[in-house]
This record gives sequence, structure tokens and C-alpha cells, in this order.
Amino acid sequence: MLPELGQLALVLALLVAGMQAVLPLLGAQRGRVSWMSVARPAAYLQFALVLLAFAILTHAFTTQDFSLRYVATNSNSLLPMVYRYTAVWGAHEGSLLLWALILSLWTAAVARFSQRLPLPVIARVLGVMGLVAVGFLAFLLFTSNPFERLLPAAGEGRDLNPLLQDPGMIIHPPMLYLGYVGFSVPFAFAIAALLDGKVDTRWLRWTRPWTNVAWGFLTCGIALGSWWAYYELGWGGWWFWDPVENASFMPWLAGAALLHSQAVTEKRGSFRGWTLLLAIATFSLSLLGTFLVRSGVLTSVHAFAADPMRGLFILIFLGTVVGGSLLLYALRAPSDNDGAPFAASSRETLLLANNLLLSTACAMVLIGTLYPLLADALELGKISVGPPYFALLFTVLMAPLVLLLPFGPLTKWQREQASRPFAMLVPWAGLAIGVGIATFFLAPQSPWKVAAGLAGATWVAAGTVRFVWTRFNSQGRRFTPEMVGMTFAHVGIAVFLIGALLVEGLAQQRELALAPGGTVALGNKTFVFDGVQHRQGPNYEADHGTVRVFDGNRLVTTLHPEKRRYASGGQVMTEAGIAPGLRGDLYVALGEPLGGDAWAVRVHAKPFVRWIWIGALFMAIGGFITATDRRFRRQDPAA
Amino acid sequence: MSESTPAARWIPLAVFAALALLLAAGVWLSRNPDREALPSPLIDKPAPQFALPVLHEPDRKVTLADLKGAPFVLNVWGSWCPSCRDEHPVLTRFAETKRVRVVGFNWKDEPDDARRWLDQFGNPYWVVIADIEGKSAIDWGIYGAPETFLVDANGTIRWKHVGPLTDALIAGELVPAIDAIDPQHEGMPREGMKP
Repeated sequence: MLPELGQLALVLALLVAGMQAVLPLLGAQRGRVSWMSVARPAAYLQFALVLLAFAILTHAFTTQDFSLRYVATNSNSLLPMVYRYTAVWGAHEGSLLLWALILSLWTAAVARFSQRLPLPVIARVLGVMGLVAVGFLAFLLFTSNPFERLLPAAGEGRDLNPLLQDPGMIIHPPMLYLGYVGFSVPFAFAIAALLDGKVDTRWLRWTRPWTNVAWGFLTCGIALGSWWAYYELGWGGWWFWDPVENASFMPWLAGAALLHSQAVTEKRGSFRGWTLLLAIATFSLSLLGTFLVRSGVLTSVHAFAADPMRGLFILIFLGTVVGGSLLLYALRAPSDNDGAPFAASSRETLLLANNLLLSTACAMVLIGTLYPLLADALELGKISVGPPYFALLFTVLMAPLVLLLPFGPLTKWQREQASRPFAMLVPWAGLAIGVGIATFFLAPQSPWKVAAGLAGATWVAAGTVRFVWTRFNSQGRRFTPEMVGMTFAHVGIAVFLIGALLVEGLAQQRELALAPGGTVALGNKTFVFDGVQHRQGPNYEADHGTVRVFDGNRLVTTLHPEKRRYASGGQVMTEAGIAPGLRGDLYVALGEPLGGDAWAVRVHAKPFVRWIWIGALFMAIGGFITATDRRFRRQDPAA
Repeated sequence: MSESTPAARWIPLAVFAALALLLAAGVWLSRNPDREALPSPLIDKPAPQFALPVLHEPDRKVTLADLKGAPFVLNVWGSWCPSCRDEHPVLTRFAETKRVRVVGFNWKDEPDDARRWLDQFGNPYWVVIADIEGKSAIDWGIYGAPETFLVDANGTIRWKHVGPLTDALIAGELVPAIDAIDPQHEGMPREGMKP
């Protein structure tokens, strides 16, 4: 009976979302207060209903109700309890339900924290979010119902995809979706502003913390995905330019551009139209990402669901939402020339460059991701766009961004004497160049990458410290959370640069056949293979390897890479043995058994690889800190 | 940056229209059902080798070679599996047509329970082999019980179904698949041939 109740809750949520969309939007057009007042209660009710449905599905997983098709295909009686919770979003239907849940959560949060906004504005914003919810709930109910019964019930479930039976996967999707869906808030505000016909910078200021929080969550989600791929796929890579990864990276890039352009529009009134367009684009790219992952149009290592019906549904939904928004933009967009004028040498110009570079990078990722599809559609054959394309173009586009970054915070709005920020930064540029030259000659391999990484990181970090120093010496020593957040995020970029370029430049790996007692040397470490034992896990059998790592005669660490064979489906999974460290990871993965007791063993040294995720964490924290700035919640409009 | 002249404002929509067209082409290309179904990687591949004890004679082992020479249906079941009970009458009706041999693959079961189950409901199988630890099942890529394979005379897997068989499924898919590989109706070995 419970699953039927869950289904009913979803149907009711769809009806409530429809009401939340239609009445307030019409009410705002016609000035009817009673219609507009429906928006808030409807938002709360919709959240309660979706939450109920989600709780019921979770209950079905924890109690192993194999009479539900979705549970039977994604769980198993041997599945450990904690993964029964994560299995809820382990496949298509459940992850869509999570999407809908998070959307209704954001909607309820907007309803709760918008008391000071004029009623027509909030009615329009909640109405637009309601429209998006209608699309997702209808998609769930009509093509991907998680509560579909399996008659007769299965005796045993097929089990959760073993790739997803992992702690990192518990929080990766919720983080990612909090980011994706969070961008619906600035999107809804953009649509509300276009409907209203004017872009009030007071409302725009109100949306800034939402954009920052969403971007922070998305950063965490992407970093977790990268970390997961690193230790779970057993290849030792941290980013593959895979279509599914790109799908989450495009809204991230557009979101980063949006953060900066929102600041310009809010403070200076410039770039109004552009900020609206970016807000639309960022959320549209989130929807596009969902489409690419969920429709099975692109194949990838992550491919989860492939169903043309679903693809068609999301495509129509995408066409309606994005096409409608852009049509509205074409008809009603405000002029970009309204804001305060600015000179060529000003912070506005620098942020314009930031936006151009980030948007171009985003377009580059989009083209690379969809090019195989284009080639397929034009019957040019099946091709794939590989990491060389992405890595080259991305480096070319991001290098100027890194070069310009320290100038931004030090340059004044509107008009700046170009010599002033230059004078402040010259010593630090000298330091960065010095660091670059020194590492170029000291690096054991790939001197260009290592030198570029350290020089770039020094430049960004020193330039950011210079900004902090300037603020510290200014009158009042005022540090707003906005500035602290920005400092964190920019330092995060420096940390990330060290991680990314040093691991790319200095990583070492060897793969060879080892019998027990065999050794392999990598750098100054010696790896001793002690053989493989059989072990029984809760729902898998494992070949449990032991590898001791020595530095000279000193035992550094003992690693246990595993090959797991899951009982339910027989899939084989690689669990790398990793000794993490700030200065680098030691990474061992088992390859294939080679007969006798010999195994193919892959050993990697991954210098500074952790800095990649630490840098991302800094960026995310920066976004969260910025969002706490009280200025965004101040009532009186600044002039 | 958008120029905000009326014409320039239409550019984003035009770009998106082109994108949507491309995505529509993608959906059109992916309509091919081969991409949708989760195909067993074993279809049209040789069946895995095995040597498993006969449920009713645990000392005797049956191998794939013993079963080759004529097509057979391999049905995965367990006494612990409620859907197998639902499937049982359907399978019995099919076995009684004597179109091919139906081999029972008793999976992760207690032999005593399994024999009692067959005594109680009737034994439709030509022979039942027992994979008590479920190791051979891994080679077959078995997801769950019930699950059914069709293997041809040369030991190649031709068809597979996950979940309980139904009369419609047998008439619509399994029997045509058998007819395709065994047009002469030689699927049932002559009397006297021991399993």
C-alpha cells in the first residue's frame, strides 16, 4: 500500500506544482493579490508531498520491497544497509525523484526567505519554479515511475551497480543536484524580470547568494565525482572529459561567469541583459546536462539510462523551457547600455574579459561534447573527441584568465589608472616568474607543466594576498564576507593549479607482472608485492592484495588493492590501494591474474593530486562565505 | 557580449534552435532498440563451461559437453524464490510439449529444500543441476532468479530472459527462437538417451 501512497503523493505534487505555476503567474500579470498569494503555500505543500514520496521510496529500499521494479533492479538482499539508502538515487527513476525533491526544497526555501520582496516578484519567481517542477514531475510519472509494481514480485533483486557501492557516491549526486537545481533560482528571477519588463538591481542583489550557494554545491559535487573516479575506476586519472563530466562542468563554467556578471550588474548597473542571458544559460545548461545523461543520446562510461521515449520527453521539455525563455529574452531584454559608463581600464572591463573567457570555454566544452553526435547525425562516422582537444583549448582559454585574475580585485570600478594595479603587482609577477624559472630547471620531468603550474599558482596566490594586504591597510580595514569569499575562491584556484599541473607533469606509473615477493621501484620508493588472498565481503568476494612500500629500508605504508567480484551480477570492480598525502599519493591497483600466484600490478605515484580537490573545496567555501554577506539581505536599496 | 540591438537578441534563440535540432537527431538515432535493451553480452557467444552435480544424484556431474548435440533451455530457479513458484505452471506446460529439453539450474539452494520443492509442485525438468555456491552462475551472468537461457546444439547461447516466463513470452519469443535453430524438431533426444 505504501508505494501507492507514494505514487499518489507524486500525482498530487504535480497538481500542486501546476497550481503554483499558473495562478501566481496570471495573478502577477493581472494584479490579483489572492491569486499571487497561492504561490507560497503551494510551494510548501509541493515540498511536503515530494518529500513524502521520497521517504516512501527510501522505506521500500530499506525494507527490501522487491515488488517494486525499481527496487528489484537496484537492490539485493545482500546489499549493506548504508547502500540501500544511496541506492534510492542509484539509477534513473530515483535520481529524477531526487532532482524533483531538491527543486521543491529550493522552491520552499525561496518562499521562506523572500519575505521582503514585493508580492508580484515572488509570485512570478515561484510560478516559474513551479513550471519547471511540473515538467520534472510529469517526466517522473509518465516515463520513469519509481513506484511501478513488478508482478509477480521478484524473489531477489538484481543489485545496485557495484560502481556506485561506494561512500563517495552517497553524497556526490545530492551535491551535484543542489548545484544544478540551485541555478533555477537566478533563472526564475531572470524570467520574472523579463516578464515584468524591468531589471531591478535590488532583486538582483537578492539572488546573488543563491547563485553563490548553488555554485558552491556544484563545485563540491564535481570535485566528489572526480575523487570517486580517481579511486574507484582504478585508472588513477582524475578528469576524463567524459560527456557526463562535461555535462556538469558546463553549468559550472557558466555559473562562474554568472557570479561575476551579477556582481557588476548589482553594483554598477551594467551588463543587465547579459546577466539575464547568463542566468538563463546556466540553468539551461543544467537541464541540458540532465538531458545528456538521462536520454542516453551520448554514450559514456557513466551511461545510466537509455530510452528514446525519455529522451524525447526531456527534449520537448528542454525546448519549451529554454526556447520559451530565450524567446522572452529576444522580445523583452533590457539594453546593456543603461549602467554607469566605464573606461577601458576598469574593473568592469576585466570582469567582461572574465565572462568572455569563461563563456568561450563553456562553448568549447559544449562543442566538443556534442561533436560526436553531430558527426553521427551527418553520417560522418562514429568519432569521439578526446582529451587532447579539451586539454589544449581549455589551457589556451584559462591561461589569460589566470594572468588577469590578480588585477581584478585591485582595479577600481569605472575608471582606473592602469599603472596603479601594475605597480602593485610587479614584484609578485617577478616572484612568480622566478619560481617558474627555478622549477623549470629543477623539475625531474615535464618542466613546462611544472613550471607553469607553480608560477601560475604563485601569481594568483600572491596577487590575492596583495589584495588582502591593500584592504588591511585601507581605512576601516573593512572585510566583507563577499571579499573573504572571493579571496578563498581565488586562493582555491591557486591550490587547484598546483594540483592539476603537478600531477599531470610529475606523475609516474609502472605496470608489470609480479609474483609474490616481487618488487617494483618507482622514484625512490620500492613496492613489494606480498601476494593475494581470498576474502569474503558482504555481497562480494575479493582478491585482497598486499603491497608494502619501502623508502630504502624503512616501511612507509602497506596498501591493500582489491579485485571484487559482486555476487549478484558477477561484475568485477577494482578497488585501488591508496596512501594519501599532501605531497602526493601512492596508488596501487590490481590488474589481471596471470596464472600461478602472479598478478599484473599497476603502481602510480601521484604528486600533489589531493590539491586538486582541496582547491575545489576552497572555491566552494568561497561561494558559501560570499552568500553570508548581510549586504545581500539589506532592506534599503543602495543608490 | 550582446549588443542589445533587436537583431542580436535573437542570436541566443537561433543558437539554441540549432542545438535542439541536433539533440532531436540524437534522440532519433538512439531510437534503435539495440541501444535501449540491456543485451546480455553472452548472446551468440558460447555458453560457459561448467561441471555441476545433478540434484538427485550428487555424485554425478553434468558438463556442457554432455548437453550439447541438441538445443536445450536452461532455467534458473531456487526453492527460495517466490517468482519461480509463479513461473512453475507455465514452465511445466512448456516442458510437456517436449519441444526441447528443459534443464533446471538450481541456484544457491539447499539440495534438500530443492528436492522437496520439486516433490511438492512436480518436476518439469529433464535434469536438474545444482550450483549451490553460485559460482557457475557468475559465468552465466545471472542477475536473479528466475532467468532462462536458450542454448543451441553447438553450445551457443541464443536467447535469454530475465524474470518469470509467461505463456505469451514462450509463444512469442522462445518458440520462434527454437524454430530458428532447430527447424527439424530434433530438440528432444530420442528415448533411452540418459541425461
